[in-house]
Amino acid sequence: MRIWEKGERLLEAKSISVYYGSVKAIEDVSFSVNAGEIVAMIGPNGAGKSTALKAVFGMVDIRSGDMLFNNKSIKSLRPDEHVSEGISLVPEGRHLFPSMTVIENLEIGAFQQKNSSAKEEMEKVLNLFPLLKDKKNHKAGSLSTGEQQLVALGRALMQKPKLILADEPSLGLSPSYVDIIFDKLIEINKSGTSVLLVEQNARMALEIAHRGYVFKIGSIFMEDTGENLLKSEEVKRAFLGG
Amino acid sequence: MEYLLHILIISGIYIILTLSLNLILGYTGIPALGHIAFACVGAYTSSLLALNYGISPWIGLVIGACFASLLGVVVGFPSIRLKGDYLALATFGFGVIVYSVSKNWVDLTRGPMGLPGIPKFSFLGFELQPVWAYLILVIFFVGLTGVAINRIAHSPFGRILRSIRDDEIASLSIGTNVNKYKLVVFVIGAFFAGIAGSLYAHYITFIDPSSFTVMESIAVLLMVVFGGMGSIKGSFIGALVLVIFPEMLRFLGMPSSIAAPLRQMIYGLLLIVLMLKRPQGIIGEYRFK
Repeated sequence: MRIWEKGERLLEAKSISVYYGSVKAIEDVSFSVNAGEIVAMIGPNGAGKSTALKAVFGMVDIRSGDMLFNNKSIKSLRPDEHVSEGISLVPEGRHLFPSMTVIENLEIGAFQQKNSSAKEEMEKVLNLFPLLKDKKNHKAGSLSTGEQQLVALGRALMQKPKLILADEPSLGLSPSYVDIIFDKLIEINKSGTSVLLVEQNARMALEIAHRGYVFKIGSIFMEDTGENLLKSEEVKRAFLGG
Repeated sequence: MEYLLHILIISGIYIILTLSLNLILGYTGIPALGHIAFACVGAYTSSLLALNYGISPWIGLVIGACFASLLGVVVGFPSIRLKGDYLALATFGFGVIVYSVSKNWVDLTRGPMGLPGIPKFSFLGFELQPVWAYLILVIFFVGLTGVAINRIAHSPFGRILRSIRDDEIASLSIGTNVNKYKLVVFVIGAFFAGIAGSLYAHYITFIDPSSFTVMESIAVLLMVVFGGMGSIKGSFIGALVLVIFPEMLRFLGMPSSIAAPLRQMIYGLLLIVLMLKRPQGIIGEYRFK
């Protein structure tokens, strides 16, 4: 069932299964991200969305199936090798270095890049997040959760990714910052970076997503455009509250 | 006087052990509890090479340190897969294994009978017989280790280690090959611990497995925590204080049969108090989570 397409296929998970020990986390799950897309994964807790994201980044072993990025298998790559392939992770809970300043946290994101390109990227990131400009010499730990989420997003952008994996970016944020983060994700996407988004906030996620996958106990039970999923009675009943 | 120099030599050897464990524990945040095993391998390797093949302690020390590094790879591998308490237990178990092997492989190590008559270091044809000469040798190696660990800790490499310690997931998402760094850290730490073991063996001229019990690993751990994790100065302070302090018990007129177990009890108590009152040690930059 192919629904929406723009640009080439960037990421493709071919019926992957992931186990934690003998416990099945996700089974026979297939999804894809095309160049220029925002793709949302929604579903209840424990449905396997985050596991699917971790599988993309190589943080969990894929027991069966394959993961393709730019038509090349990335299934057996380590997480750090994903970064050099062009996939960046914005981890759940932000995971900044709290005793380092905002600038340092951004710089460390590019520690594998050349100095000249890192400076250029820094310029771009600070222009994208003017809120951080005023606080660039503050310790990351002293920032509000929303500001920290911007730094985490900026740190991922410093790696010049083709695809950003955002794990629950709205978690613990004030409503106004949830809006800001989603606006920024759209802006990042418009500048050419694809986004794979895992979200509890299903409505917001589907509003900005081109396509969405709905997870249910370890597998995908629906996929459609973001718009259609928002309208779908089933999704409404299950996740959007009527 | 000779006694004082002896204490300083022993302190110096412990400083090397503490610095090398600090790299693993204090800078990288890996809770390793079997550090003395690396010293054990270093000590036995260079002693056996000297006794059986007449190889100079200088060369033996290097080979011993390399053997210890090899063992560091062996311990490093499980440490890549394990975290926190499980890792601590695994390294603890590893310490017990090395101790048991040294005690039971009688054909090689003479087991509990130990290895007597280990030759001393010699320099330009003169054996380092006087205690002060040995002290200079130990100070040289302490300086070498201190400079090396300091350079490592304050290089870009060391910064990555601290990033792994502070937040492993963050390190992963900025593209760090965390496993590789952990492994390298074990190899480097084991190398210097091997040097310490070899220095000890050729100084005392007798080693047996009882010098390398898991309790010794705990003592070194305590020195790191007491002085401060992630601090070079802290390692010096921790080792010096905790070697010299128990020696004071002798002046209280305590027989060594009481002083030795008392030392361990004091260490244990100190560890508890530190964890409660000052988990970052005297001048540490990092505390156990």
